[in-house]
Amino acid sequence: MSGRLRRSMLFVPGNNPGMIRDAHIYGSDSIMFDLEDSVAITEKDTARFLVYKALTTLNYGKKELVVRINDLSSGIGIMDLEAIVRARPDVIRLPKTETAQDVIDCEREIERIEREAGIPVGSTGMMAAIESAIGVLNAKEIAFSSKRLIGIALGAEDYVTDLKATRSPEGIELMFARGMIVNAAKAAGIMALDTVYSDVNNEEGFIAEATLIRKMGFDGKSVINPRQIRPLHAVFTPSERDLKKAMAIMDAIAEANARGSGVASLNGKMIDKPIVARAQYLLELYERSKAMPVEEV
Amino acid sequence: MDITKIPHINEVSAFHGEYKPEDCEKKSTVRFDERQKASRKVLPSIEEAIKRSGLKDGMTISFHHHFRNGDYVVNMVVDQIAKMGIKNLTLAASSLTDCHWPLIDHIKNGVINHIETSGLRGKLAEEISRGLMDFPIIFRSHGGRAAAIETEELHIDVAFLGAPSCDPYGNANGYNRDDENSSCCGSLGYAKLDAQHADKCIVITDHLVNFPNAPFGIPESRVDWVVVVDNIGDPKGIMSGATRYTKNPKELLIAKTAADVIEASGYFEDNFSMQMGSGGASLATARFLRDKMIEKDIKCRFALGGITGQIVQMHEEGLVKRILDVQSFDLIAANSLKNNRFHQQIDASYYASYVNRGAAVNQLDFVILSALEIDVDFNVNVMTGSDGVIRGAVGGHPDTAAGASLTVVTAPLLRGRIPTVCERVNTICTPGNTIDVLVTDQGVAVNPNRPELKEKLIAAGLPVTTIEKLKERAEKVVGKPEPIQYKDRIVGVLMYRNNTVIDVIRQIKED
Repeated sequence: MSGRLRRSMLFVPGNNPGMIRDAHIYGSDSIMFDLEDSVAITEKDTARFLVYKALTTLNYGKKELVVRINDLSSGIGIMDLEAIVRARPDVIRLPKTETAQDVIDCEREIERIEREAGIPVGSTGMMAAIESAIGVLNAKEIAFSSKRLIGIALGAEDYVTDLKATRSPEGIELMFARGMIVNAAKAAGIMALDTVYSDVNNEEGFIAEATLIRKMGFDGKSVINPRQIRPLHAVFTPSERDLKKAMAIMDAIAEANARGSGVASLNGKMIDKPIVARAQYLLELYERSKAMPVEEV
Repeated sequence: MDITKIPHINEVSAFHGEYKPEDCEKKSTVRFDERQKASRKVLPSIEEAIKRSGLKDGMTISFHHHFRNGDYVVNMVVDQIAKMGIKNLTLAASSLTDCHWPLIDHIKNGVINHIETSGLRGKLAEEISRGLMDFPIIFRSHGGRAAAIETEELHIDVAFLGAPSCDPYGNANGYNRDDENSSCCGSLGYAKLDAQHADKCIVITDHLVNFPNAPFGIPESRVDWVVVVDNIGDPKGIMSGATRYTKNPKELLIAKTAADVIEASGYFEDNFSMQMGSGGASLATARFLRDKMIEKDIKCRFALGGITGQIVQMHEEGLVKRILDVQSFDLIAANSLKNNRFHQQIDASYYASYVNRGAAVNQLDFVILSALEIDVDFNVNVMTGSDGVIRGAVGGHPDTAAGASLTVVTAPLLRGRIPTVCERVNTICTPGNTIDVLVTDQGVAVNPNRPELKEKLIAAGLPVTTIEKLKERAEKVVGKPEPIQYKDRIVGVLMYRNNTVIDVIRQIKED
């Protein structure tokens, strides 16, 4: 498990100063400033300028800062990169990624700008959003395409449009894509991040979806409303029962190791390496997700 | 009988005399059908009531603000007074709002030369901030006004009290038992006190109902005349309908933190008492507290103040045992007053007076209040905006802040480009030594005079910081606003609840 929690990534429209100003107060693990689909074509320059200014003047504490740029083929994406890389966000999110080459092309531009601006090369992270049928099929190559990648994400709306399917509450149409993406990400040792849940007033449906993706192995999910953060984190916080069990497993294996054995037994069940690894992961997740102290910003 | 022979008669009765039938009021033998429809108290017009009241130049008239922005009574009465040529009156309302802008003309033409109120908004407030009046406005809190009336600091000559229902003898109510469609304001808490102390009391209603209109808010024993008019107000302005639960994530964040603060404060124990405001964050706090009450299985002894549907819901669920209601904020609260026997109507003195023998605010464990501005000494401004113009009301803010064991102010750290936390508030309405905790979206600050409280909140893992740091944080984002430019002339005086001057408001300077 890499250092950061990415249970929640809060989308903030790049042309909304009020939301940009307050984005850090809601407790999401990451903030994602959007220059792409939530910004009208006439507002692209405004948004780029605002996000650049926000990143270079406001203090967001230790929050991970992500900027979703426009895709490079639009001609706008390159202008976004020219400005945003210089503002030193943690991660650039590339939309509509279809092939590994898309990532490589974007990385080349980022590296060039880093050199030009005197920024340590490689310090800008990347994540790739997969939003099409071809992108899902190429998930593995995309996941392995760059060392900068911290994760790959599913963008459901465009994907479902591409499938000529419709969005359903239970998300049956996303099963294959979610399976591909989570598997590709884990194979590459990076994070798998799920799509947004648009019906912000349906908390029950949101929790059901969050529970599903957690079970599938996703590390987190994008959120479009701050109200979704608390329930999402609750889903990703291990239950007391699971915690007790994990601690018992760790105790049992410690005892077995002291005896010189790699296998232990707990309540008549065998405890071996993968079970220990899962217990360890759960305890780490719990430690990190414990009430975070307020940051001085 | 020779009454002088009664032992000690002069000592036991100072004003006695010998009974003579001709000295007494004639016994009434009015016919049954006549008594059903007639009363000498019902007058044909407001004009007639004003004439009979003996209203003269220089006197003080009073009004209540239970009809909020739907009120027709103030404008209707002052228009009539103007027609009758009476001048130089003091208008002492429990509060005034946007709809009272026609008073501007009556100030200009000399009918009104002085105003006392809890609040002022809209065009009238703007004109006064620009120097419309020679006498400064006296702003008093609800408890301060009650105390001023009780001590005769504020003497009311004639009270004009609108009521959604009244019988021919003057028993008046804030709702109507016979007609579901009439206007409705719930509690008549502020009017009750005026009725009790005014020299003359006129009830103005649009629903004359059969005697006795009981249970009543104002008793006939305090009412001189009753006038029936077509409409006392616009129901939409009187009641904004059911108060809705906020979906604003920032208000919810503040509310959740405020509820956590209260839970950790040591005052959230079985049989606690509380007062909540009617704003989005206050209502949401009440909802978070409700969940915590159910979880911890504790009950609220009483909820005080302006009452909302949210409190009523908690009462009907058995979570709040008693409601003490000086003002009903929504239709659910007003209907509850009519239907729930443990929902008690109280007057402004009982609510918050400084001089009576016991006010309900002094029984409060905690209160949640709002602020336009709060400074590093925790002084709160709820009166003047960021341009220095009057646009608010003191209400019960200083009364409850002083009375409650725990006073929590909730506010966003920034409103647009204006920081809420500042070096010095424009207008002090509530002194900082009565404020215990400030809850913002970016942290919680505890008044340094409550160190034990600060420890409790830190122990509970709440985001506690200092008010100076909150100020810095705000200024880092939006900068430090230029000070507002005022002229020397004083247009408003803020009287604290004990009738001392706590601050003044000056005329704004405009280029």
